[in-house]
Amino acid sequence: MGGKLFKNFSFFSATLSFFILVGIFSILFIYAQDSIHEFGFHFLGSEVWEADEDDAELGVFGGYIPLLGTMLSTIIAMVIATPLAIGIAIFLTEIAHKSLIKPVSIAIELLAAIPSIIYGMWGLFYFAPIIQSTFGGNGVGLLTAGIVLAIMIIPFMAAITRDSMNTVPDVLKESAYAMGATKFEVIKDVIMPYAKGGIIGSIILALGRALGETMAVAFLIGSVMQLPSKITDATTSIPVLLANNFSEAEGLEMSSMYYLALILFVVSFAIISIAKFYFLGKKVK
Amino acid sequence: MSNLIMETKDFSFTYAGVDAPSLKKINLPIEKNKITAMIGPSGCGKSTLLRAMNRIHDLYPGNKYEGEINLFKDGKKENILKLKRENDLIRLRQDVGMIFQKPTPFPMSIYDNVAYGMRLADVKNKSELDDRVEKALQDAAIWKETKDRLHTSALGMSGGQQQRLCIARAVALKPDVLLFDEPTSALDPISTGAIEELIAELKDEVSIVIVTHNMQQASRLSDYTAFMYLGDLIEYDKTDTIFMNPSQKLTEDYITGRFG
Amino acid sequence: MNRLLLNKIILVLSTLSAVIGISFLFWILATLTYKGVSSLHLSTFTQDLVNGGIRNLLVGQFTMALIASAIAVPIGMFAGIWLREYSNQNKLASVIRNLSDVMMSAPSIVIGVFVYALFVAPFGNYNGFAGVIALTIMMIPIIISTTDNMLALVPKELREAGIALGGSKHTIIVQIIIKAAKVGITTGVLLSFARIIGETAPLLFTSANNQFFTMDLTGQFPSLTVSIYNLATYPDEESRQLAWAASFVLTAIVLIINLTGRYMTRNKK
Repeated sequence: MGGKLFKNFSFFSATLSFFILVGIFSILFIYAQDSIHEFGFHFLGSEVWEADEDDAELGVFGGYIPLLGTMLSTIIAMVIATPLAIGIAIFLTEIAHKSLIKPVSIAIELLAAIPSIIYGMWGLFYFAPIIQSTFGGNGVGLLTAGIVLAIMIIPFMAAITRDSMNTVPDVLKESAYAMGATKFEVIKDVIMPYAKGGIIGSIILALGRALGETMAVAFLIGSVMQLPSKITDATTSIPVLLANNFSEAEGLEMSSMYYLALILFVVSFAIISIAKFYFLGKKVK
Repeated sequence: MSNLIMETKDFSFTYAGVDAPSLKKINLPIEKNKITAMIGPSGCGKSTLLRAMNRIHDLYPGNKYEGEINLFKDGKKENILKLKRENDLIRLRQDVGMIFQKPTPFPMSIYDNVAYGMRLADVKNKSELDDRVEKALQDAAIWKETKDRLHTSALGMSGGQQQRLCIARAVALKPDVLLFDEPTSALDPISTGAIEELIAELKDEVSIVIVTHNMQQASRLSDYTAFMYLGDLIEYDKTDTIFMNPSQKLTEDYITGRFG
Repeated sequence: MNRLLLNKIILVLSTLSAVIGISFLFWILATLTYKGVSSLHLSTFTQDLVNGGIRNLLVGQFTMALIASAIAVPIGMFAGIWLREYSNQNKLASVIRNLSDVMMSAPSIVIGVFVYALFVAPFGNYNGFAGVIALTIMMIPIIISTTDNMLALVPKELREAGIALGGSKHTIIVQIIIKAAKVGITTGVLLSFARIIGETAPLLFTSANNQFFTMDLTGQFPSLTVSIYNLATYPDEESRQLAWAASFVLTAIVLIINLTGRYMTRNKK
């Protein structure tokens, strides 16, 4: 009967996401085997990335530089984005006049809709020169990548933070005002503690996004396998290394690329899960 | 004239974006150290009036006040509708406290909830804070239940306890007036009884205005009663008079349950 | 008074954050429009990449995104229907719901690597089909979550009324519940389409790119976004101009679809 088929197909579709996730993990894990066997966890701390010119099955590969680049650019982005995103959320929930809320929200959401490659290109031609003339360096590097990454994740973070601030009941705010609290005190003592889970959750989710962002960073981080010594130095990140070199790699280098992808996948998985389970709650309504 | 703490004079109020006023030329005295009840069917404007008395309406911009609402303090008369600076509004809200329909404990400990308003008012001295928190909790009749868990979250308390905590929080500021906006409508009968008892005891220290849709509550509790209907103050008198011998037909119909 | 000053400062800073956020939007859009429009010609739309236009790239990008939607929308909707209507909110449902949320935030480059291993490496050449699969994988969780959330808004009474009239479960789902949630789901589909049509990372080593017009999904397939990435890094002015023109067109498409989606939910509540 139609009903049975309908139900079964629904169930099959629902389980598909589970199989895809398991599939991604298994494939990355299997293809990374050679590199995992060869380098083990030492891979994480080694900064050498040298293919053997004659034999693709040889060479020395370590993921320290792209790992470090990923972490540093993400940290810079988070440090800049977090206060700004919270500021925007406060503006939208507590300060903006009614007639401003909608247009500002739409503007912020459009900022989130712009494809990341556009951020990258804009950053390369318009933002990098500004960084270069202000901070020195080549224009591309950790700082530029971090700032543009921040601009990219701000709208996302601001939107979730705003949503959780909006869940604070009006009457709770009113009773703080009724005791003579200022707006800031209401924000600090009532809204923030009440919406804490959602705000931390949004920060962590944004962190997950920043870690995995490829295109914007690919334009801006410099894409060179070198350890940065200052904040304006060029380096690389896991997604960028994959984007630029994955398709040309062979043998053990290819396997090391899979290893990097696996690390990125597992870390994002962990971060997103923490954000979802601990802070944002299970969204069953 | 007797001993007034507040009064409204030809007070009208219009919500933002609405043409017709929700309150029309209200003249209502609030006696000192008495309980004044405001009754009337839903939408009559009783809560709107209450929320004007500490200017909590100002959180939402665009509303229009007309007329006067006066607060008598230290022998001086002050029209609170004239207050403009944030500082003055903050002071007003410390003088005229408010208890809401649903308990509104802040997401912090019991102690911090009660101390919150005092801290805002810049009371920093630890022993003074301790004393006043204890006094307020005693006044609100929940000292016994809370003294051993002052530093646990207020969110773990029952609804009735939370409401008494909110009363303690307001009392701790030593306000002149306390505004109660249907304070028991979210509570069970036993908690309601406890809150009513508490309100009756509080009137020695503070003047009370209470909005209620429960007529028994108004008649049990209050000294004066104002009956409102569709934005008008229909009748104001001693509670006994309102309930036993109202002068207006509309009041009598409402009291006897013919509408509302 | 100290606390009032602090209050003012924080309020000003928050307002400033919003101003900064919006300035960036206008800065980016202004640059794009200025650079893009001045590089746009009629030939940009009529010629293929090999002749300095983006016709094949637009067709290619839309083809992949549309096929991906044709696969992802039904699968995602069925999955959302199962979660909301059939699962009785059991343990498995919450596991799947969470996994799907996690998948929604998975790095897109990793999805590209995964699809490369399964659909490119075994065949020895990049192909449009692999690009479609990568986009499909990106889109499914978004559709699941939209459907799930929108169905949750349909009042229980509607289901009960349908059953009370003697409808079977799946006919009521199809004829009543989905209709009731139609606007919300359509918006979700549009927003997710806007999201995947601007994706680059999952296409880099799946469909890769093609200078020529082709509809053959078994070979390298033209992509607007991948072309932007390549063109922007070429040193010659002509390539860069084309990159700007393509970026302008891409952003316009994405924002128009996005706004259309939002407009739909605005009118109907």
